[in-house]
Amino acid sequence: MCGIVGLFLKDPKLEPQLGALLTDMLITMTDRGPDSAGIAIYGRPEKGKAKLTVQSPAPEADFATLTEDLGKAIAAKVTGTVKDTHMVLELPEDRLDAARHAMRDLRPKARVMSAGEGIEIYKEVGLPKDVASRFDVARMSGTHGIGHTRMATESAVTTMGAHPFSTGADQCLVHNGSLSNHNSVRRVLRQAGMTFETENDTEVAAAFISHKLQEGAKLGEAMEATLTDLDGFFTFVVGTKNGFGVVRDPIACKPAVMAETDQYVAFGSEYRAMVNLPGIDSARVWEPEPATVYFWER
Amino acid sequence: MQTFDLAAQGLRALNSTLHGLKGQTNMTSWEVINPKGAHAIAVGLDAPVDVTVRGSTGYYCAGMNKQATVRVKGSAGPGVAENMMSGTVIIDGDASQYAGATGRGGLLVIKGNASSRCGISMKGIDIVVHGNIGHMSAFMAQSGNLVVLGDAGEALGDSLYEARLFVRGSVKSLGADCIEKEMRPEHLALLADLLKRGEADHLAKPEDFKRYGSARKLYTFNIDNASSY
Repeated sequence: MCGIVGLFLKDPKLEPQLGALLTDMLITMTDRGPDSAGIAIYGRPEKGKAKLTVQSPAPEADFATLTEDLGKAIAAKVTGTVKDTHMVLELPEDRLDAARHAMRDLRPKARVMSAGEGIEIYKEVGLPKDVASRFDVARMSGTHGIGHTRMATESAVTTMGAHPFSTGADQCLVHNGSLSNHNSVRRVLRQAGMTFETENDTEVAAAFISHKLQEGAKLGEAMEATLTDLDGFFTFVVGTKNGFGVVRDPIACKPAVMAETDQYVAFGSEYRAMVNLPGIDSARVWEPEPATVYFWER
Repeated sequence: MQTFDLAAQGLRALNSTLHGLKGQTNMTSWEVINPKGAHAIAVGLDAPVDVTVRGSTGYYCAGMNKQATVRVKGSAGPGVAENMMSGTVIIDGDASQYAGATGRGGLLVIKGNASSRCGISMKGIDIVVHGNIGHMSAFMAQSGNLVVLGDAGEALGDSLYEARLFVRGSVKSLGADCIEKEMRPEHLALLADLLKRGEADHLAKPEDFKRYGSARKLYTFNIDNASSY
């Protein structure tokens, strides 16, 4: 199964509530997948600044002097906030690639969850309510976000196997379904220079879209290409710096419901996920069509 | 009218209360408030009662229904009225995938659109959809009638048995062994009755529809293939 939720805010007044609204939506989807949970939150980018979210199996040891060590390695000011097993590092935007590279030598056991101007990804094994509370997601503000609760089918239940997957700056993807040709697509993408952290099928879909975007495709075009090149069952929700998109495979047996008001666009695997959103009773609610790309950008 | 607050009293209490109505009918009118997209609302009813759900429902609302009339004042999630035996289910909004699947009797009315696999493997149910239906609808449908005032998606009636399909709008494509058939007077009379019972007689006339059915090439015994059986 798996459960997906997404929220794209049009009304800035709701931005302080983004984390709380998404957390409530994700917890409602718990019984669609109790293995692991994750959330990507996009904050308003600050000019010239970027964020690197890292996760460590040994956070106390890895994070204690990380800002100083990383600052020295990339010759720039680095600040950081520790949240449980994750740490969000803030640094100059033009040092983001250098920081990502330096992390490999400085903290070989730590993994990069996300990198970009707006994105922060938190994901762990466990129930949505526990994962959300460990990272205090309910208190986060932002412009849009995506959440996922996983029922694992294609790869192990680990932190790195949880969704969202991020394979490009400010990009992420969550998936309900399973891909059958992910091994061959992964081989092709590796040859094209993409790197992979897991044997997971969804990571291949994320990298597929990132690769298309690198080649110059627009978000809509990259998502359209999944319909021809990826085989299997999928409902994907994709996040970028400016918005989010939705696409379902032509068979469309993985559920999806959307709701739109003047204040937001919401996505849920089930309508149940959206029942506590403000103004939901007067929202336009519909099911996204099969093999059709939808996206909203600001 | 009896009012049941699903948010306060819970799903199991609702369904066991409604199941308890079998054999006694002095409380025939029910209203369910705060459904909030919950699954399995009013499933397995077997009494001539009227249940109105004030809001949208999740998976399998009114599944296996017998005798009861269930009205949803909102939209319904996947598998609404699945395997219905008799009675009536009316959805004011849209229905998600496989509405009325495997239904053996009764009437399902969807006033909005139905998505994919509407009436899949239907076995005697009548389904009236005021809007459109999605792909693979009436797949392997065995008997009963599917009436669609709008358009039908891809592969309508694939591997169809003896269900009758009536579509007023366009059909994106017909599935294997499904063909257009002539509309005879008995079909017009049948359709007039279905439109009336489906609360659609003010919206469409029987003459506006085309009839689709099985070419009977896939499922009938063919002597030329005897060696493969």
